[in-house]
Amino acid sequence: MTLFPGVKLHVVTGKGGTGKTTVAAALALGLAEAGRQVLLTEAEGRQGIAQLFDTPPLPYEERRVAVSDSGGEVYALAIDPEAALIEYLEKFYNLRRAGSALKRIGAIDFATTIAPGLRDVLLTGKVMEAATRARRGGGRIYDAVVLDAPPTGRIARFLNVNAEVAGLARMGPIRQQADSVMNLLRSRQTAVHLVTLLEEMPVQETVDGVAELEAAGLPVGAVLVNMVREPLLPADSLDAAVAGELDGAEIAAGLKRAGLTPTDGLVAALAAEAAEHAGRVLLEAREREVLSDLGRPRIELPLLAEGADLAGLYELAARLADEGLAA
Amino acid sequence: MTSSYDVDALLDRAHILVCCGSGGVGKTTTAAALALRAAERGRTVCVLTIDPARRLAQSMGIAALDNAPRPVAGVVPSDPAGAGRLDAMMLDMKRTFDEVVESQATPEKAEQILQNPFYVALSSSFAGTQEYMAMEKLGQIHADAQRDGTYDLIVVDTPPSRSALDFLDAPERLSSFLDGRFIKLLLAPAKGPARLMSAGFGMVTNALAKILGAQVLRDMQTFVAAFDTLFGGFRLRAQKTFELLQADGTAFLVVAAPEPDALREAAYFVERLSEDEMPLAGLVVNRASPQPMGDVSAEEAMAAAQRLRKDDADPRTAGLLRLHADRVRIVERESLLRRRFEAAHPQVPTAVVPALAGDVHDLAGLRQVGALLAGERPT
Repeated sequence: MTLFPGVKLHVVTGKGGTGKTTVAAALALGLAEAGRQVLLTEAEGRQGIAQLFDTPPLPYEERRVAVSDSGGEVYALAIDPEAALIEYLEKFYNLRRAGSALKRIGAIDFATTIAPGLRDVLLTGKVMEAATRARRGGGRIYDAVVLDAPPTGRIARFLNVNAEVAGLARMGPIRQQADSVMNLLRSRQTAVHLVTLLEEMPVQETVDGVAELEAAGLPVGAVLVNMVREPLLPADSLDAAVAGELDGAEIAAGLKRAGLTPTDGLVAALAAEAAEHAGRVLLEAREREVLSDLGRPRIELPLLAEGADLAGLYELAARLADEGLAA
Repeated sequence: MTSSYDVDALLDRAHILVCCGSGGVGKTTTAAALALRAAERGRTVCVLTIDPARRLAQSMGIAALDNAPRPVAGVVPSDPAGAGRLDAMMLDMKRTFDEVVESQATPEKAEQILQNPFYVALSSSFAGTQEYMAMEKLGQIHADAQRDGTYDLIVVDTPPSRSALDFLDAPERLSSFLDGRFIKLLLAPAKGPARLMSAGFGMVTNALAKILGAQVLRDMQTFVAAFDTLFGGFRLRAQKTFELLQADGTAFLVVAAPEPDALREAAYFVERLSEDEMPLAGLVVNRASPQPMGDVSAEEAMAAAQRLRKDDADPRTAGLLRLHADRVRIVERESLLRRRFEAAHPQVPTAVVPALAGDVHDLAGLRQVGALLAGERPT
């Protein structure tokens, strides 16, 4: 089963702290496990991908970071706006000399840090270039591109920046470029996935983010619920646990059977821990409902006990494949 | 919980308190909680938040954006005769920018700038504008407070930046940009004969016209020319705010969560602050998992749970034991992360705030966070 057939560009966003870089990397791995050539790109200069794959900081160059038995590969690229601009000037305008003159007088700096949204235009432009490479020349061809994008709060603005540029530049080459980026982003070849936790603020941001993406005409993909803890208490004990009504004598008997000495202190401690845990589980159930009201495919990813190391990434990748996102 | 620095003393003494840290670590909540606690300890406080959660904003009465501090109802000074007061505001970056333009330029010129498509894009969508405007607003509130004695403490929440300390770089970046040759070049046609410019001038403008299209270049030149008169003021104020941040009476708190990414970001912040000679008061580690109770180790609990699971008699007690084991392990991992940070930055005092059951969206919740920050026991 494939959830999003025909999607070539997977944009992964999420509120800070939800693990969107980890999920983006796992998605890229999952796609490669299915035999695909995948490019995993990072737009924020944080070198999160290099840290996950335990490699030195990525240069502005496509580097292979993972290979699969199936023949699939993951390449990674940290997009540097300044290098992207110079590359763009050379490629489209053959302006190598002007490029260095522009750099000398600070125009490149202007373009990449000060000028309205140009930075985001360059980042999205580079992603489009990688996603739409033709068979002849122009570098490696990918079956899929995964973008570790800016956070949920900024994602619609980031992706929509080309529409704004189209408003500034009413004609000319920048306009053409902006239009073709928007065409790709709004097409069925793109899906924007939102990573969240089962907590109030990330869920609220996800709901807001979906609304903003829809309003901007951008294709919303799956909702990826990250760091989900497995329920440790039987479902029928939750209400009693929250209310502090677990039977102390029963717990004591259980502890004895398990070979522990059931002191009053231990029983009380376990009951208190259970109350807190059950409270969180019930809260999570409410947030899960809010997410399911969005009517988008929802995939839950387990909390990795050992943190997000390489083995953990493969675990998440397998899960994404099972759920049909990386099939 | 212990606190290895005196948060209350800091709240009683500081004039500006800046909370920085990566996204998702509870920066806004920390800023609001500190501001409330300072106010209830008798100070007149203004908290400048960037992007608070909606329900928190509503409870503080700042859900409606009007870009000016508004009094927060429900502040209870601990000394009944005390003066304490709290105002709060949420930054509206476009409005702040517009107001700067309106206050600095003639009405005619302001109109011209506000209409320019480059200004509209710059003031509403440029990713760095929020940082510039946060600095601008801090400068304004501080200047007003100095003049009118409105506040004796300003607490600032910082934007969730792309890179650690974008807001600190804002003035410097603005100055170097404004002094840059590129601006002079864009201004050249308006200011004098082109032949005075270097030989590269023609090539560069031709290149720009080719890349951008002539109309975009024209809009850009109009914008820069119209903006030219404002530049001096911007730079001067940005520089002043930067100096203000280095001054006595300012303190930075770096906020983090006990996770590898957040603590790594926190380490960057700490290093940048010391490079820029910004006064760092300490680290706040939010959302720490609560200490496990009872003295059963994770291994013992897991082994006991295994024994129960074998005969599948008591899933509830097995669950309780696994829950306990999980908690012990998480707390051990978090404390290892904190010890590593401490080893690398021994000079930075740390306050640890235990995670609360739910999100904070009212003053009572903020008060509770404030008490935990100050090292009081959880209630």
